[in-house]
Amino acid sequence: MSIKMPEPDQAVLARRDAIVAALRAIVPGEGVIDSERELTPYESDGLTAYRQPPMVVVLPETTQQVAEILRYCHREGVKVVPRGSGTSLSGGALPLADAVLLGMGKFNRVIEIDYDDRLVVVQPGVTNLAITRAVEGEGFYYAPDPSSQIACSIGGNVAENSGGVHCLKYGLTTNNVLGVELVTIEGEVLRFGGKALDGAGMDLLGVIVGSEGLLGVVTEVTVRILPKPETARALLIGFPAVEAAGQCVADTIAAGIIPAGMEMMDRPAIHAAEAFVKVGYPLNVEALLIVELDGPAAECDHLIDEVAAIAQRNGATTLQISSDEDERLAFWAGRKAAFPAVGRLAPDYYCMDGTIPRRRLPEVLQRMEALSQQYGLGVANVFHAGDGNLHPLILYDANQPGQLDKAEAFGNDILRLCVEVGGVLTGEHGVGVEKRDLMPEMFDEIDLKQQQRVKCAFDPASLLNPGKVFPTLHRCAELGRTHVHHGQLSFPDIPRF
Amino acid sequence: MHQPQTPEDIVAILTDAAARKATVEIVGGGTRRSFGASTPDAEQLATTALSGIISYDPAELVLTVKAGTPLAELEAALAECGQAFLFEPNTAPGSTIGGVIGSGLSGSRRVSGGAVRDHLLGFEAVSGRAERFKAGGKVVKNVTGYDLSKLMCGAWGRLAVLTEVTLKVLPNPTQSLTLVWTALDDAAAWDLMGEAMRLPADVAAAAHDPQRGVTLLRIEGFGPSVGARAILLKGALARFGVPQEIAAEEGALLWRPFANAAALGQSPTIWRLSVPRKEGLGIVHALARDGGQWIADWAGGLIHHDTQSDPAMVRATVTAAGGHAMLLRAPDDVRAHVPAQHPLPQGEAALAARIRRAFDPAGLFETGRFLDQPHAD
Ligand SMILES: Cc1cc2nc3c(=O)[nH]c(=O)nc-3n(C[C@H](O)[C@H](O)[C@@H](O)COP(=O)(O)OP(=O)(O)OC[C@H]3O[C@@H](n4cnc5c(N)ncnc54)[C@H](O)[C@@H]3O)c2cc1C
Ligand SMILES: Cc1cc2nc3c(=O)[nH]c(=O)nc-3n(C[C@H](O)[C@H](O)[C@H](O)COP(=O)(O)OP(=O)(O)OC[C@H]3O[C@@H](n4cnc5c(N)ncnc54)[C@H](O)[C@@H]3O)c2cc1C
Repeated sequence: MSIKMPEPDQAVLARRDAIVAALRAIVPGEGVIDSERELTPYESDGLTAYRQPPMVVVLPETTQQVAEILRYCHREGVKVVPRGSGTSLSGGALPLADAVLLGMGKFNRVIEIDYDDRLVVVQPGVTNLAITRAVEGEGFYYAPDPSSQIACSIGGNVAENSGGVHCLKYGLTTNNVLGVELVTIEGEVLRFGGKALDGAGMDLLGVIVGSEGLLGVVTEVTVRILPKPETARALLIGFPAVEAAGQCVADTIAAGIIPAGMEMMDRPAIHAAEAFVKVGYPLNVEALLIVELDGPAAECDHLIDEVAAIAQRNGATTLQISSDEDERLAFWAGRKAAFPAVGRLAPDYYCMDGTIPRRRLPEVLQRMEALSQQYGLGVANVFHAGDGNLHPLILYDANQPGQLDKAEAFGNDILRLCVEVGGVLTGEHGVGVEKRDLMPEMFDEIDLKQQQRVKCAFDPASLLNPGKVFPTLHRCAELGRTHVHHGQLSFPDIPRF
Repeated sequence: MHQPQTPEDIVAILTDAAARKATVEIVGGGTRRSFGASTPDAEQLATTALSGIISYDPAELVLTVKAGTPLAELEAALAECGQAFLFEPNTAPGSTIGGVIGSGLSGSRRVSGGAVRDHLLGFEAVSGRAERFKAGGKVVKNVTGYDLSKLMCGAWGRLAVLTEVTLKVLPNPTQSLTLVWTALDDAAAWDLMGEAMRLPADVAAAAHDPQRGVTLLRIEGFGPSVGARAILLKGALARFGVPQEIAAEEGALLWRPFANAAALGQSPTIWRLSVPRKEGLGIVHALARDGGQWIADWAGGLIHHDTQSDPAMVRATVTAAGGHAMLLRAPDDVRAHVPAQHPLPQGEAALAARIRRAFDPAGLFETGRFLDQPHAD
């Protein structure tokens, strides 16, 4: 709870009744929520350590209503926090005391399915999994598959540029979105991209994806769908050392193989998962790899053999190959349940999300172990091994005074370590509130100001989701000042952090 | 011509140019200077000296290079490790990686492997504010901060001078097979390409050339997989006839005419139309009235056309179909008044201008090439 949010604007709070009335005039009936009891469910997202009831919740149903709400808030200087399903793990949808929480849950229609152009047009509140459900009858699916896919919305995925276990081969959200409709804070309805592969002009779609609700409200999304691969098979491989497992991953990629999924778990995670789902994970190994291959049966068979040989060369001590769909799903069951499984080891856990160059994995795990000793808190690791995205799960007990702060400090040290070895603060969960104050670890002041100038081009009054992503709130007028004009640019040698 | 050796030189050059109110055109290989209106007043800044690989770790799938590095040099280094850029840049000799990113155009494999935008992971640059900055990262998976890399792809030198870029690289498929159908009419070709893309055959590229009367599908990957997918495609597409099967090198020759719209030869005018795939056929029919030659790539979603039709008509036709039209090549007098890039609707255009100002407040890179109003504050 160490991160401070912007001070509520008392003048706005004083006008709450008028604001609620104005929103009711736009969205009639139950679409505006202002009673304390009903606001409680909205007070946090997936980062539950942070809670703040919003001033009011509004649940529009049409783009027109979204535009009117934003236009009103812009005119009145009222902040707005967009929300999809509220599963963000970085506090992206955390409300502010003086802000309208704009819930997009009622935008739940699939608008168009076009198999010929292999795309689906949906409203942003449609869940990730619902897209696949809508097209699987015809043999198609939507590739990015966050573990939260039954709950999270495609609008949230766009805002966070979410990934999943299949994104090494099939890309993150940004690689699978063709277009969006976006309403600006000024209430303008704009379109970026569309049904063609390349959009016109500058790639603004690319910067909207992953912008964490700071640039505009997404009211429609066009995604690419793919034909479902004919088969999928998996290997479950145990290693006596993390180094060997890491080398197996590197050798697989060096052999030109990009598996559909490649996940690693360390000893604590393996034990927790096995205790929870009992699928027969080997317990006498230090690292477990799940490698999934998909494609025509001939391809899977061929690559399974190749990967098995690579694993053996790297000293694998256990190796199982799925012979049918049930077995493949059993291999995944432990990994998919890893979070709740680890959750049973302690009253609370805190999920981190840094990315590192894979070759630094053994060293990173060692130093994480040392940090674990230093903080006196356990840690289990699940790892998107193919792309170097780590998910350390820190175990703590929020009821013990000081433990939450310790867990946060431990987590921050892990992320600093990721950056130190050449990686980044977040691979898929977003910066949000959680990593906001760590941004200077990766970016210097000029870098951050340049990003904020992009924000200013969309939202000059900084009313959309303020307090997220950027550690310092600059006024746009100040950022816009151009030194160049006067020919006396100052470029002090600002130290890299 | 400015010839900076280091990013600091670029800072100094831009600072000085701004003081003199000069405009600056960034030149990589300079192979695409025929795009857009001519820019006689702009000072040229050549990135040639900013060249070389900074780091390349094949197992991490990541390559970091200076932005002026010739593409050919990078492709050779990647090939040595069995890797490639999956967006398949089809460039003129002398092209630089900075120019490939600056133009943002990708080749035939874009329909399966993505575009340049899908492979730029991070960069360092000098903005129009004459400030050095960076964005993104050097690992394949990263969502820290805004994805400014996307803005750099297809920015045509209007935001910043890229100095260092980090790209995602991928294994180069070991085998490649091209299936060739001949003498299909255009409607059948469109049906064939569409149906192929809907099969779980992982088609890497699909194209149609009415002049030569060929319709091509390319499949790539490991041997057993390529074989199995060829059987699947031939079976499912049997009603279009039996295709010829052409392997690797000879197959590559078949694709060459599609790169850089080479099939259209020295035509004075070339349009690049990016459209929803199934609208492509209607568009070539609509444009056929005024004659001209065309080829289709991306399963029908990309058309290069040398029509002499009224540019406003071409653009209206393409807009109505949900696509856009880029004027890749045209005589000087046409380029002087027809914008090379497809005009955006008012709201989107105003936002794009604000974004440009966010990087280049004084309009240092506004050379007039794109026929926009100058935007200096
Ligand atoms: C007619 C035509 C057909 C094409 N067809 C294809 C195709 O089929 N497939 C394909 O992949 N590509 C295609 N392209 C794009 C081509 O790949 C690129 O244009 C590339 O060859 C340019 O390389 P260059 O170094 O010569 O760029 P230049 O011509 O020097 O520059 C291209 C643009 O990038 C900017 N730029 C250059 N370097 C930098 C830098 N360091 N920082 C910021 N901006 C910079 C320039 O200002 C300019 O706007 C085509 C382009 C044209 C004009
Ligand atoms: C158990 C669990 C597992 C998870 N696994 C993964 C995983 O594997 N991979 C992964 O990447 N993430 C994962 N997540 C994180 C989370 O599910 C994703 O970030 C998801 O995309 C959030 O979607 P949401 O609809 O819940 O968005 P919310 O949490 O409601 O919002 C997230 C952000 O998006 C913004 N936003 C939402 N809708 C819109 C809109 N329409 N327009 C503009 N901005 C909007 C919000 O302002 C906020 O900043 C997991 C979360 C949980 C709880």
